[in-house]
Order: sequence, then structure tokens, then C-alpha cells
Amino acid sequence: MSPLEASRAISRSRRDFLRSTTGAAAAATFFGPASALRGMVVPKNRKAVVVTFGGGARDDETFMPDGQENIPHLLTELLPQATFFTNVVNKGILGHYVATASIVTGVYETFNNFAAVSPNNPTVFEYFRKDLKRPATDAWVVAPSNGFARIGESAHKLYGPGLGAGVILPKRLLSAALSSSSDGARYQHLLRDNYETPLYAPSLTGRQIELSQMADVLKLSVDDFAAHARSLASPDELSVYIARQLMRQLSPSLLWVTLHDIDIAHSGTFSLYIDGIKRCDRLCGELWQAIQKDPEYANRTTMFVLPDFGRDSDIDSGGNGFQHHRTGDPLSRTTWMMVLGPDVKQNAVVDRPIESTDLVPTLGAYFGFDARLSTGKPVAEVS
Amino acid sequence: MLPNQLTPEHFAAYPPEARQLATKQLSLLQRLPLAFLPLLLRELIVYDWKFPAERIDLDRQFTYLAHPQILTTAMAPFAQLRMTRELEQTDWVNSPAVFSEQLSAHLWATHQIDTFRNAAVDYVGKATASAPDPPLPTHRLGIGIIGQGVAKNDYRLFRKLRPQGTYYTQIKHNGGVQTLLAAAAARAKTHPVPYGHWYIDGATSLPVPEGVSRISYSALATPRTALQSRMLKTYEASVFDPEAFRTMLAQMKPEDVGLASGSDGLLNRFQLSLLTEGSGTQVFATTFVQWAARETLRRAQPLTIVARFTPRQRDKQMNELLAESQRKPELDPQGSLVDADMGAYYTWLNQQRLPGEDKSAFLVWFEDHDEALAIAPSLERGKRSDTPTELADLIARLA
Repeated sequence: MSPLEASRAISRSRRDFLRSTTGAAAAATFFGPASALRGMVVPKNRKAVVVTFGGGARDDETFMPDGQENIPHLLTELLPQATFFTNVVNKGILGHYVATASIVTGVYETFNNFAAVSPNNPTVFEYFRKDLKRPATDAWVVAPSNGFARIGESAHKLYGPGLGAGVILPKRLLSAALSSSSDGARYQHLLRDNYETPLYAPSLTGRQIELSQMADVLKLSVDDFAAHARSLASPDELSVYIARQLMRQLSPSLLWVTLHDIDIAHSGTFSLYIDGIKRCDRLCGELWQAIQKDPEYANRTTMFVLPDFGRDSDIDSGGNGFQHHRTGDPLSRTTWMMVLGPDVKQNAVVDRPIESTDLVPTLGAYFGFDARLSTGKPVAEVS
Repeated sequence: MLPNQLTPEHFAAYPPEARQLATKQLSLLQRLPLAFLPLLLRELIVYDWKFPAERIDLDRQFTYLAHPQILTTAMAPFAQLRMTRELEQTDWVNSPAVFSEQLSAHLWATHQIDTFRNAAVDYVGKATASAPDPPLPTHRLGIGIIGQGVAKNDYRLFRKLRPQGTYYTQIKHNGGVQTLLAAAAARAKTHPVPYGHWYIDGATSLPVPEGVSRISYSALATPRTALQSRMLKTYEASVFDPEAFRTMLAQMKPEDVGLASGSDGLLNRFQLSLLTEGSGTQVFATTFVQWAARETLRRAQPLTIVARFTPRQRDKQMNELLAESQRKPELDPQGSLVDADMGAYYTWLNQQRLPGEDKSAFLVWFEDHDEALAIAPSLERGKRSDTPTELADLIARLA
């Protein structure tokens, strides 16, 4: 089977499952061609929350029959309200930082996944802020590990420093908050960093928020932050807690949350990988509920949920199944995207293939900026 | 340097048998493209520590490539890959593993990984098919033992394997582990093949006859501690280069981590590779057993393999996991059962990748419990048996 055929087969199985369980309809029935949307006036005060369902979950443990028990919130709460894309292909490098950077820029970035570098191409945050003249407080990234410190703005000469998003690395904040206390052991479960190489700990260089700024930005004292963190179970819970704090205090119009607990799969422990998926599923539901309850967000926010990529299939002998994402096989490249919001058709399924680089131009169409250097195309069904 | 510049002197640092083979195949090596040759050398440089099955496979590749027309055709996709001056200047003769890492990064970055992957899959398939596998003295048998320490379980076991075989719900298992090891030992005695019968344990292994190669997580406590100590220092350092660290791991020798040099050198090398090449094998017993079983099947191609999964330590922060030797770790039996259930499935999958897959048998048993699943040509697929069945009788049918 060719990669294209395999990709289509994966998409088909997702679609068939969704239609059998939810009765979801083909979105093409409800949407016209992309050209019909051009020229439309973009409403003001729109907001978008992007959640990368990360890092790297397979269909086997999510949308396939054995995996459905792991994603009850996606299936029963979010899916009926969403347009679901069954065939999102990532043709880039399957490392979490470089893949997320590719989604953020709409261009397949090619830098070393383990290097502390900025993306080469302008990020969605730079397009958003420069084109729409938005302040720095209107675009934020909550990122999982120190390696993502530079995800907020690019090295592009026309954009770059000062035009990107603020980056919050919650684990970095917590680590700093605990540096002067002897209480660190209680929080160790929240401080795990990158799983791709368990020993990866890059030096920090980026525009990430530091502890001293936290009180100002999040209206949150170090003590309150540390006290709340103690009640959380994982780094992703910490990330969502910070994201919700940002929503309450600053109400950014563009908020990007990168979840990462799932990537514990690299340790080879299937049960911990499943735990990560279940947690990610629950947190997506909580974020959507938070959006609905917050007057600044309700009825004006579109949420995009998508994995950065999948993981290796059990069948490819070059990999070791769920543990890694090294083979580049169709299963590790083919994922999905769920989009919810007031302007998005509910309970609809889109089968045509799109690419993960299409998200930035889609956000461009949604907000009214031009992602001029992105190689992706706006997704008409939700633009 | 390019392949056509190779001379016998370039292999001076290779171990004796590897050097001899490289020199013998020099004219062939000189004709291979740079995108392929170092990957072959990565196998060749450790020829002295290859299992018999691996040597047969490598020899088969040389025979396959000896035909000029085949060489041209098989190497064409690799020759068309765009390389860089930096890759050419890498010491790919003496450090082919380092080259492989760099090549991989280059192929990903230049969007050539799919082309490479397709070429590699095609090459391996054709090279393997070029000569028949030697007949097996008996069918293969895999045994997975999972769930030690779990009193009550709600997880639906064997979910991936049930379609492949018969699920038993009334297993009588008095002396179960010993029964299964005895079956493996009997096969080793009847079919004495070097490295043909294996027993892998996630804790301390039980005694088995000499004809069974035995490795265990506990027996590797000293090397793991030495390795964990190095990893911990790296982890806590202010600056860390992951690629340099991988290179350091790849160049490590058994004696560097206290693996006895006087015993089985091949086995020592293999055990070291499990710890330096595996991810999570240093800190999680379940991962160790799964990866060890995978590598044993892939490399040694055994007739018999027993993989006993035991509880791993509970998930902690990495520096705590790496300090396992300094404290009594808290165990996670239930999570380990889920890990092991998947590990058993992967062990079966890896066994099915070997020649003779149509005749092979597999058994997975929930240790000290009544549940088991058996796969064999003589057993029905997707069937459930609630009939009381002695474990000894079941393994006798499979062995």
C-alpha cells in the first residue's frame, strides 16, 4: 500500500467510525467552495484557542474501537459540536518542537529538533500582531518544555523580536518558584521536561515569561501558584491551569496551548501513554467548558484541537509501535483536527486531505491577516 | 572521503573478524553509495559480536550485492539521494553510527526520508528473498508471562491477541512459571542451537540450563547503576548536547559499566546494547523486557523465547528514576500489567516477522491467575475456552 493509499485508509476508518457513532454528516453538504468566503467581513472580537493534542497519539489508542474508552470527552462532548477533519497530513519532520513550529508558521521547518532556535518563518503570532496591530498581551503560548522557549516568534527579518507571542513555560516557572524552598519533592511529577530524549535540557533563550513577571501578567503570586500546582497531577494540567489564568486575566485573542504528557510513550510504558491520552482528553473538555463560561470568550471563540503528529504503527518493523515516531510511516504522519466554535458547522466530517500547515492560513482567514509566507492553504470549511 | 577511496588500511581499527570481512569485500564496498555504505558498515563493524543469524543475514547481503546488475539496481535509489560535504567528511568508516544519526537528520531536513525509507524497505525485502532461509530444526515458540504482583484486575487482557488465538479462562497453573521454563529448557535440550533459546526476566531470573541464554533486569543492576550515574550527571549538567550524549552511549564498552569481560562477550555486548540503545530500558523493568525480547527476536532469531514481565517502578521525575539504586523504588503492578499486555503483543508481532511464522506458536499467561491466550496453527482463532485446562498440558501442545 502506498503512503497515499494508507493515509486514505486511515482517514476512511476514522470517518466510518465517526459516522457510525455520531451520525456526523459530510461537511461538503453544508459548506460552499472556498471562494464563497472570500471578501467576507471578518467580525471583530473573534478569538481562537489552539490546542495541540500532544505529543503524538495514535488512532489505535483514540478513535479506533480499542481506543475510544480513552477519549470520552472528545467523543461525547466535543465531537457533536465540531467539524472533524479525518485526514490531516504532516509531511514535515516528526520531532515535537520542529513539528509544532511548522504548525505555528505554516511552513515545514527543517531545523534541528533539539536546538534552541527560533522558527525560520514568521509565526502565526507575528502575522496576527503585525497585520492587525495587536498588543503583546493579545497572543500567548503555553508550552510544555524548555525546548519550546522560542516558539513565540521567528528569526525572520521582516518579523521577529518584539512582534511575537509571549511564551509561558509553566514548568520553568514552577521550578523557579521552588528554587528557594525545600519543598521541591512534592512537585517533581510536574517538572518532567522533554520526553523525546529524556536527558534533553536545552539552555533557555527566548521571550518566555520569568517568575518575577508572573505576578504582573497572571495576577498570581508565587505562593498561590505553587500552592495550586501541588494539587495538579501532571505538566499538562499545569499548562491548562496557566492557560485558564491567562484567559481570566488578559483574555488574549490568540491562545496556543501545547499539551505534551502523551509523549511519555518514549519511555516504553504503554499504561503511562494511555494515562496521558486520557488526561489530554479531559483537559480539552475542560478548556472548552472554560471558554463557554467566560464572557470574554463565549460565542466568539473557535477552538482547534489537533495532534502535532501520530506515532509509529505496530506493523512497521522499523519502529517499536507506540513508543516512538521515527519511521515516518503513514500512521505517524496522518492525524485529525477538531474545530469548534460559533461559526463552525456542528457534527460534520471532512474527509478531504489537508495538511497541518494549513492551520495558519486558516487562522489568517478567520482573523483577517495574511499568512503570506505560509505554504498552507485556508481550510474553507472553517475559515 | 568517498567510498571509492577506501583501502584496507581504513579498517585497521576494526575487530579481527570484521576487518577480515571488510578487506575481503573491499571491491564491493568501494562501489556502494555514501548514503548506503556506512549503514552496512554499522553492521559490519560489530561482526565479531554478531549472533549467528545476523552473520547469515550479513553474508547474504554481500552475496546479493555481488551481482553487478543487482548492485546497480538496488543502489540506484540510494545513489540519487542528495548528500552534503559535511557527511562526506564524517569518519563514517570508524564511526558509522554517528554518520547514521547525521544522515537521518539530513534526510528529514531535506525531505528525503520517505525516499530513503522506501529504498531501504525495498532493498531489505529483496536481499532477504534472494536466498532461502535455512530450515528450522523446530517451530518457534514464544512465551509471555505478565502481571506478577497483581491481585485483582479489571483491564481486558490480551485484547490485541484474542483475534489470533484461543483465550483460556480456566487455567490450572500450579508451579506455572517453572512449568513454562521447563518447557523452554526441554526445547533447548532437544534442539541445541547457539543462542537459539532465551529467557528474559524483569526481575531476578530463575535457574535454567546452560542451553538457554538468560538475561534479567536485576542481574544488570550494576551496569544500570553505572549507566544511570552517567545519565544523571548529564541530566543535571547546565549544558547538554543530546547528540554527543548518544554518541557517548554508542561508543561505550561492556567493561565501562562493569559487565564481566571474562564471560560471554557476545551476550555482554548485547546486554549493553539493550541499555544504551533502548529508550526507558534503564529505568523501567517492563520496557526492558519488551525491548530485550524485541531485540532478541530481531537479532538472534531464537527458536524459543520466554519473556517474563514484572512490576516496574512507579513513574517519577527523571532524576529520581535514575537514582533507582539509591532507594527502594515504589512499584506499579497494575500499570505494569497494562504495559506487559502490550509488550506480549509486540513480542508475538516480532516473532511473526521471522521465517517460519506460519508454524510458530505463542502463549501469554497472566501469572498466578487463570487467564491465558494461546496461538498456534492447531488452535482456533478468536475462540474462548472456559474449559479447565492445565498450563502444563497447554504448553505441551504448543512446544
